[in-house]
Amino acid sequence: MKKLHMNNSGLTRRRLLRSAASAGVVLAAPGLIRGAQAQAGDAIRLGAPFHRTGIGASYGRWYERTANAALKIINEGGGINGLPVEMIVEDDGTDPKRGVEVMEKFAAEHKVDAVFGHLFSHVVAATAPRAGELKMPYFLCSEAHTLASGAFNRYCFQPSITDVKSQVSSMAPWISSNLGKKVTLIYPDFNFGYDHRDNMTAAIKAQGGEIVADIAIPPTETSFTRYMPRIPFNTDVIYHVMVGPAVLTFVKELGEHLGRNRPEIFGFIDSLEAVDMEIPQLEFLEGTYFWEAMPRYAQETQSEADQAFRAAVGVDDRGASLDDPKDISTYAHMFSVWETLFAIKQAMEMADYRGPEQKIAMMEAMESISGFEEGAAFPQGDKIFNGKTHQSFGHQNISQVTEGKLKVVHRTSIEDTLYPDETDYTQMSF
Amino acid sequence: MSLDTTQAPPETGRGSPARLIHNGRLFALVLATIAGLFALQFVLSDYLVLAVTRILIMAVFAMGYNMLMGYTGLLSLGHAMFFGAGLYAAGLSSYYWGTSLPVSFLIGILASLAFSFVIGLLALRTQGVSFMIVTLMFAQAAYLATLYFSRVTGGDQGLTLPTDARSFSLFGAAMDMTSDTVRFNLALAIFAAVLVAMYFVTQGPLGRLFAAVRENEPRTQMLGFDTYRVRLAAFTISGTISGLAGALYGLVFGYIGSAFAGFHYSIEALLFTLVGGPGTLLGPLLGTAVMTMLIDRLSGITTAYLMIVGVILILVNRWFPKGILGTIRERALPWLK
Repeated sequence: MKKLHMNNSGLTRRRLLRSAASAGVVLAAPGLIRGAQAQAGDAIRLGAPFHRTGIGASYGRWYERTANAALKIINEGGGINGLPVEMIVEDDGTDPKRGVEVMEKFAAEHKVDAVFGHLFSHVVAATAPRAGELKMPYFLCSEAHTLASGAFNRYCFQPSITDVKSQVSSMAPWISSNLGKKVTLIYPDFNFGYDHRDNMTAAIKAQGGEIVADIAIPPTETSFTRYMPRIPFNTDVIYHVMVGPAVLTFVKELGEHLGRNRPEIFGFIDSLEAVDMEIPQLEFLEGTYFWEAMPRYAQETQSEADQAFRAAVGVDDRGASLDDPKDISTYAHMFSVWETLFAIKQAMEMADYRGPEQKIAMMEAMESISGFEEGAAFPQGDKIFNGKTHQSFGHQNISQVTEGKLKVVHRTSIEDTLYPDETDYTQMSF
Repeated sequence: MSLDTTQAPPETGRGSPARLIHNGRLFALVLATIAGLFALQFVLSDYLVLAVTRILIMAVFAMGYNMLMGYTGLLSLGHAMFFGAGLYAAGLSSYYWGTSLPVSFLIGILASLAFSFVIGLLALRTQGVSFMIVTLMFAQAAYLATLYFSRVTGGDQGLTLPTDARSFSLFGAAMDMTSDTVRFNLALAIFAAVLVAMYFVTQGPLGRLFAAVRENEPRTQMLGFDTYRVRLAAFTISGTISGLAGALYGLVFGYIGSAFAGFHYSIEALLFTLVGGPGTLLGPLLGTAVMTMLIDRLSGITTAYLMIVGVILILVNRWFPKGILGTIRERALPWLK
């Protein structure tokens, strides 16, 4: 084998400096060139920081497919104000530090008009302040209550998906009336779980029920058998929001522990997004209930908008990819990307948006929107949009696992999801 | 590798510049690097200035790591706990007590100093693989603590620092952390201060002691030095600089979260140092810059960017096991250390 080592005479200072300069140019050049290519006014450019890798990768994959499908329709319809819409995707690795980096990249290098598509709450929490500093309109497709609680800034909006506080409080009355008033909470021992614990505890107490046990499970656990005996015998309903790779083990062990005479079980579909409901490990879930923002399985009452949405994104009646039946979508969440793009379109059209000069007008237009009608642009359903809190409120679905499929048994009203305003971003300067 | 004794300081009076500056060419390079970095803001695109700001902060973290791993030969797998200590101490004081940015920054540094000293007292009772495992376990415990006390720390979702905590007054001049120019120059000033301090520590008598422990600890003991104290000094300085970087990151970007205390960030510091050159003063800066820009550029092209980065690391390790600057030092510029 030829020796590749350089000897002393092979590495001169001149060669070293030349190599270093070349490497620097290679690493920096794409930024300079791409920055020069971005010309305001010839198109509307939207930055999409999707979770292509990391723990949110299954969501990110489907968010990207959904966004591409929506943009195809928007561009076929003439774009926005006659301008074509371009999407520039960057992978944030589902990492808060990288989330901030790509936000900076969108603002300073790609010079996009707005950024949309972040889901995981820790990435959102890190990125939102930077979006405000860079004066970049930032449209979230997340569920965290952080935006509506007033922790962010005037540049952040969530025009499609409803936040956790709304989801939980709107479903608690149905849970306590139909499944029972004595609830055991099982949740991951970190913030996502605490959001559910706190909101569910308050909501169940408001219904005259009680939390009989509160079981927090560390995120590093891979076996759950030692937690199962802590479920009290008088439990009417188990409320679980476990997430992560061990969730299938959790469900299997829960089933083995409870056996046939189990209490009612209610979970969040976040646990099983992108997971096939018909695999043997999940047989135990038959008859249990799940929250879904948008039903994965096409229902008997399926709307035309849902049909069109599935066809455009490439999803069948089971929520699986048309190209690969084993590739299950994140159907309960991914509509938010589609609807957010149409909400951006609506605001930009109201402001006659043609470039960054109309940025503030576009955001003021968004704040003036009071809601969205169900239809092709908003297939999940109609919505109330609160311009003060920048948060949308929509219908929530409770589905029961019936013959391995999720069947909607209750759909909340939008009014069920409302709560008093906790902030007013319109009082904040741009 | 033997302990380098060829660079002995000239026989001059105590406290004279020539006595303080043991490696003049390296010091000149340090000053030139700082000047070059300062000039970058006038020639680079807006985005690259932002990227360099981040690189400078993370390079401080890697420099802290290099102090322990490169100069003292102690491989820690848990330095994210110190980065996190600084981040949380600075961020939480700003969030809950409303302390000004400089005060929060100082609190971050002091907290990481105290934390690294205590952890050092315990972890340095072990050596080699045991030391790696102990640091890893302490770091994992610290990470889980940030989740466990989520009512205070914000857990994995973290805390966004309030807008009014994003500016401060320095000698009457308003420093707005939302300004890209202020952020860049602040990051550069702190980076430069740490770099110059690192120069004097590593090129002076203390640095030689660190190197002596790295090269032959029993021999250093035989010469009459208490090597436990030497290692503890290196560990504490290393943890404090890492914590300083964490405090700076939290205050500059206005966000603190448990992800920054995770294992991933311990490995990042290790990788930055390995690529740049362990035991070289400017290696961490070079490693951080190369890795950050590689990930930044490749992630826009392919989702397999971490795989490509992994292959590059294997190749670097295969042909340049001492990192970029370490290889250059070995083959061309022996003073580059």
